[in-house]
Amino acid sequence: MNMIVCCKQIPDPEAPPASFKIDSSTHNVIPPPGFPPVISPFDLNAVEAALRIKNKSGGTVIILSLGNKLLPEIIKKPLSMGADELVLLEDEAFEGGDSWSTAHALAKAIKTIGAYDIIFCGRQAADWDAGQVGSGIAELLEIPSITLAKEVDIVDGKAQVGRVLDDWYEVVETTLPALITVSNELGEPRYPTMKGIMEATKKQPTRWKPADIGLEAIKAGASGRCTRVLKLFQPIREAHCEIVSGESPDEVGANLATRLREEKVFKF
Amino acid sequence: MDTYRGVTVFGETSEGKLSSITTDLLGGGRTLADRLREELSCLLFGHEVSGVAEEAIAYGADTVYVVEDAQLKDYQTDTYTPAAAELVQEIQPRILLFGQNDIGRDLAPRLAFRLGTGLSTDCIELDIDTETTLLQQTRPVCGGNALATVVCQTLPQMATVRRKAMSSLERDDTRKGKVVTFSVTIDPDKVRTRIINRVTEEAPGIRLEDAAVIVSGGRGIGSREGFQRLEELAKLLKGAVGATRLPCESGWVPTAVQIGLTGKVVTPELYFAIAISGASQHLAGCLSAKTIVAINRDPDANIFNVAHFGAVGDWQQILPSFIEKVREFKDK
Repeated sequence: MNMIVCCKQIPDPEAPPASFKIDSSTHNVIPPPGFPPVISPFDLNAVEAALRIKNKSGGTVIILSLGNKLLPEIIKKPLSMGADELVLLEDEAFEGGDSWSTAHALAKAIKTIGAYDIIFCGRQAADWDAGQVGSGIAELLEIPSITLAKEVDIVDGKAQVGRVLDDWYEVVETTLPALITVSNELGEPRYPTMKGIMEATKKQPTRWKPADIGLEAIKAGASGRCTRVLKLFQPIREAHCEIVSGESPDEVGANLATRLREEKVFKF
Repeated sequence: MDTYRGVTVFGETSEGKLSSITTDLLGGGRTLADRLREELSCLLFGHEVSGVAEEAIAYGADTVYVVEDAQLKDYQTDTYTPAAAELVQEIQPRILLFGQNDIGRDLAPRLAFRLGTGLSTDCIELDIDTETTLLQQTRPVCGGNALATVVCQTLPQMATVRRKAMSSLERDDTRKGKVVTFSVTIDPDKVRTRIINRVTEEAPGIRLEDAAVIVSGGRGIGSREGFQRLEELAKLLKGAVGATRLPCESGWVPTAVQIGLTGKVVTPELYFAIAISGASQHLAGCLSAKTIVAINRDPDANIFNVAHFGAVGDWQQILPSFIEKVREFKDK
C-alpha cells in the first residue's frame, strides 16, 4: 500500500482558553505564548490509521504538510512515529489559504507524488474546524472519499471503513485509490519511539514551491481563496457564575438543589 | 452569475416525516429568501419521499423538488453527489443550505468542490448583507474560542448549519406551493463504494438532542460506575447522560453520548457539567443550554466562566446530598 497522510501544523488547541487571543485586523490567531504549535490531533489519528496498515500489510507512508514557517521538530513528528517520508509545501505563497486553495495545492502535490492507494486526512483541522479539505482533494483527484473513519481494514485490495456518525454506524467498502478522513474514535496515535526520533532527525524533507507542483502562484494560499473572512472575533460571554457554598460538601449539594429550585429550573 | 436566484434547502426525512433539521432550515431559509425577495425551495432525495413534499410546503417552501430513485435509498457520497450536482445546476440557487449532520458533513464539501464554489460549514448565524446581498456566514472556529464571519465569492453560496441554530415556522397546511419531480442520472459504474453494514446505534433512554435535561460527566468521573451516579440524577429529572471525549474513549459510556464539537451539539433547558474542566471543544457542544450547572473541584476551572450556577468540591461528596434533595422536591 502506498499511503499519503496530510498533516497540518496548528496552534495548540489544548492551550487554556484564557490564553487564546486573536488579531482581529489580520484575522489570525496569535500563537499562545508558552504553547508550541502541534500537528492537528485528528491528523495524528490519520497517521496512526496509515501506520496500522503499514504494520499489518506493509507499504510506505508519505507525510504531506502545507504551510509557512513550519517548525522541523513539530512537523517531523509523524516520521518519528514511523512514517517514511516527508514532503513540505512550504512557501509564503501558501499562507492565508482557505479549504478551497489548500485542497487544490494538496491535490496538485499528490499528483506530483504520483503513486498512491490511500490518502488519509484528519476529519477536520482543529483550528478552522471546516472539515472540507479531505473531500475536496478526493473530488479534485476524482477518487472516492469516505469521511469520519474509526477503523480501516484492507480486504482483497479494497478498503472497508467503519464510520462514526450521529445516528447510525456503518461500514463502507471502497475501491482503491481512495481518500479517507479519520476521526479521533480510531484511537490514540502511537508515541514516537527513540529509534523513530533518531531516524526522523536524519531524514531530509522534500520541499516544494507552488511551481514545483504546477500550481500558479495566484491560485495558492490567500490569492486562491474562494471565501473571504469579513471578521474574526471572540464571543463575549457573560461570565457570571453564582457559586453555591456550604459548611460541608453535603450542605453544598443540598444548597445547590435548593437554589436551583428557587430559580425554577426543575420541571418535574 | 446573474441567473442564480433563491434559497434552497437540502431536505432530509426520517421515519416518513421531514427531519427536524430540515424544518429548522426551512424556517431560517424563509427569512433569508424574504430578505432577498426570492423563492425558497427544498430538495428531497431518496426512495418514496414524495409523501413529505407537502409537509415542506407547510413549513415554508415555495417549491419542492423531489428526486425518487432506488439508488438514493441509503445515503452514499458517490450516489448523492452527482444527483445533487445535477439538480443544483438546474435550479441554480443563490444560497444552498444543509444541516451540519451525518449527511451534510459529508455531502456539502464534496458537492461544493464539484460545483466549483465555496462552502462554510457548521454555521450558527446567517444573514444577508444589505449592500452586496451576499450571505454573511458566521461560524465558530478554533473549537469555539472565536467566531468568523465569512462570505463566499462564488455561486451558489453554500453553508451547513448547526442543529438548532435556526428555528422552524409553525406548520401551516394552508400554505401553497408546487411540487416538481426531477429525475437524475447516476452512472452505476461511477459508484465506487458499497455499504456493507449499517446499524442504528441507539443509546438507551432519551435521545441527547431531544433531552430537556442532560447530566454530563468528564474525566473526573473516573469510571463506568461513576457514570451510574450521573444516570441516577438523569433518571430523576427525566434527562439523559452525556460526556466529554475522554469518558467515551475510555469506554465508560457509549461514544454516541459524546457532547462537543466532534460529538453532539445539544441545547437542553438544564445542563449539568460534572467534573468537566470546560475545554472549548466540549463547550462548543453545550453552550446553548439555557442553564448550566457546574460541579468541579478546581475553582479556576474554565467551566465556571460559562456556568450559571456552580459548586466547588469533589462531585462524589456533593452529588449524593444534591440527588437526595432533588428527590425530596420531586416527591413533594
